[in-house]
Amino acid sequence: MTGENDPFVQLQQVTLTYGQGEKTVAALGETNLKIGKGDFVALVGPSGCGKSTILKLVTGLITASSGWVFVAGREVGAEPVRVGMAFQNPTMLPWLSIRDNVMLPLKIVPPFRQQFRAKRKTEFRDRADALLKQVGLAGFGDKFPWQLSGGMLQRASLCRALIHDPQLLMLDEPFGALDQFTREELWAIMQDLWMTRRPTVLLVTHDLKEAGYLANRVCVMRARPGRIVEDCHVDLPRPRTIEMTYEPGFVSLTQRLRELIVSARAPDAAKTEVPA
Amino acid sequence: MKAINRRRLQSAAVIIGFFLLWELICVVFHVKEIVLPRPSQILTTLWLQAPAIWPHTVQTLYTTLVGFGLGILTGVFLGVLIGSSRLAYDVGYPLLIGFSSIPKVAVVPIFVLWFGAGTVPAVLTAMIMSMFPIVVNVATGLATTEPELEDVMKALRATKLDILTNVGLPRAMPYFFASLKVSVTLAFVGTVIAETVASNRGIGNLMMIASSSFDVPLVFAGLLVLAVLGVGLYAIFSVIEGRVIGWAKRKDDFALG
Ligand SMILES: Nc1ncnc2c1ncn2[C@@H]1O[C@H](COP(=O)(O)OP(=O)(O)O)[C@@H](O)[C@H]1O
Ligand SMILES: [Mg+2]
Repeated sequence: MTGENDPFVQLQQVTLTYGQGEKTVAALGETNLKIGKGDFVALVGPSGCGKSTILKLVTGLITASSGWVFVAGREVGAEPVRVGMAFQNPTMLPWLSIRDNVMLPLKIVPPFRQQFRAKRKTEFRDRADALLKQVGLAGFGDKFPWQLSGGMLQRASLCRALIHDPQLLMLDEPFGALDQFTREELWAIMQDLWMTRRPTVLLVTHDLKEAGYLANRVCVMRARPGRIVEDCHVDLPRPRTIEMTYEPGFVSLTQRLRELIVSARAPDAAKTEVPA
Repeated sequence: MKAINRRRLQSAAVIIGFFLLWELICVVFHVKEIVLPRPSQILTTLWLQAPAIWPHTVQTLYTTLVGFGLGILTGVFLGVLIGSSRLAYDVGYPLLIGFSSIPKVAVVPIFVLWFGAGTVPAVLTAMIMSMFPIVVNVATGLATTEPELEDVMKALRATKLDILTNVGLPRAMPYFFASLKVSVTLAFVGTVIAETVASNRGIGNLMMIASSSFDVPLVFAGLLVLAVLGVGLYAIFSVIEGRVIGWAKRKDDFALG
């Protein structure tokens, strides 16, 4: 449990309320979370329970209403941490080629930013191409987004999230819109990328199999107000395979998660039948 | 390719047919020249009076393009301001709607009062008329950036300027170029209005003088020149639009207006 002593990400008694005056939404009740450096944590839970909100808090896109968010030992925003993000919607810029889309963070984030003009056609280009090759998009660098399928765009979007070697990788249902086969293929690619680069990953998903396959820890959340009700460790060896997801241990894990979420959805029923 | 050629042929046939019908009706019903001259008379007048019409044409074109150029500059500036700042949007947008609903012909006398009759009021009228579609389109283009993309950029600690140059402005380009072809036509309308009211040069002025001396064929010759200029400018900016933002045509999610 690397996360306990020297956490890379730490949420301490964080709450978040959207809006002001009468129309407030308590999106997050008091939440505590510690994530060790290089760990892979999945957040699961019914929609609207505050998963995306946690992601935004950790990246500093929104500020906690109360409590503290620490990243790399300092309050979020103070430390220049490199962050990569990918969403369900790949949001490629339609006027740029796939390669230029992938290189976008290098244009923005220091120290790459200062070297961008000089290395754009050499080192950075090779870097983008290598990454594209790793996700199975070799030779597609010069294509434009409208020439690629949804699954291919999502691969490119992962490349864009990783090109600047982020210490923190935020994935908000990145595989949610894909078919089962593409999804499983991307899980394997994602696992590879994580094992070679070791960023700290926070993955939001509603696919329990995905959470169990990819993550070291799965946090189950409950809505109104959102909070983490369970934190399960996934003790399966790496690299994991799709076959493993059919083994009894894995199946019982996903079943347990499922029960937790179902009971989280019906708060009254939960009181009587929360499993130990 | 064939379908396109056939469509072009059809529209050419419709236009030629229109003028032929016009000619025919005038001949059959003995319509007087002073009411509605025949197309052939208009063309003859245009040909004979060309040396007199030409300087006016140049003047009108010049005024329109200068006014349009200024309209682009101020329009883009205001559009970027309104589209990228919440405060500017809240303050600027109602003001903009208010301004744009004023009939522009009403401001010409004010310009004449300030700058005297002549080219300046015409340039300014062309400018303010062509400015509004540009402002609205650029602002819309900037304001419709996907929130998730903005999150990606903000997570990279991109500055406002980074987001504007890398995402906002390229994204607003299709909107901008779509507005240009509408705007250039409006600039043209502005010029002619101002020339009609308060200038001693330009096609608008030519038509005023011609109509006061009942030279109806000359009035229509002026109209024809305006139509040709207007269509020409519209066509030029349509072609530029197609060239510059070909990428946007591949996707359907750009509602151009
Ligand atoms: N910008 C916002 N303004 C107001 N309420 C919001 C906003 N974003 C999210 N919420 C509300 O906060 C709650 C949690 O949202 P979110 O974190 O997006 O949920 P999840 O990602 O788990 O589906 C929801 O009830 C949602 O309606
Ligand atoms: Mg969400």
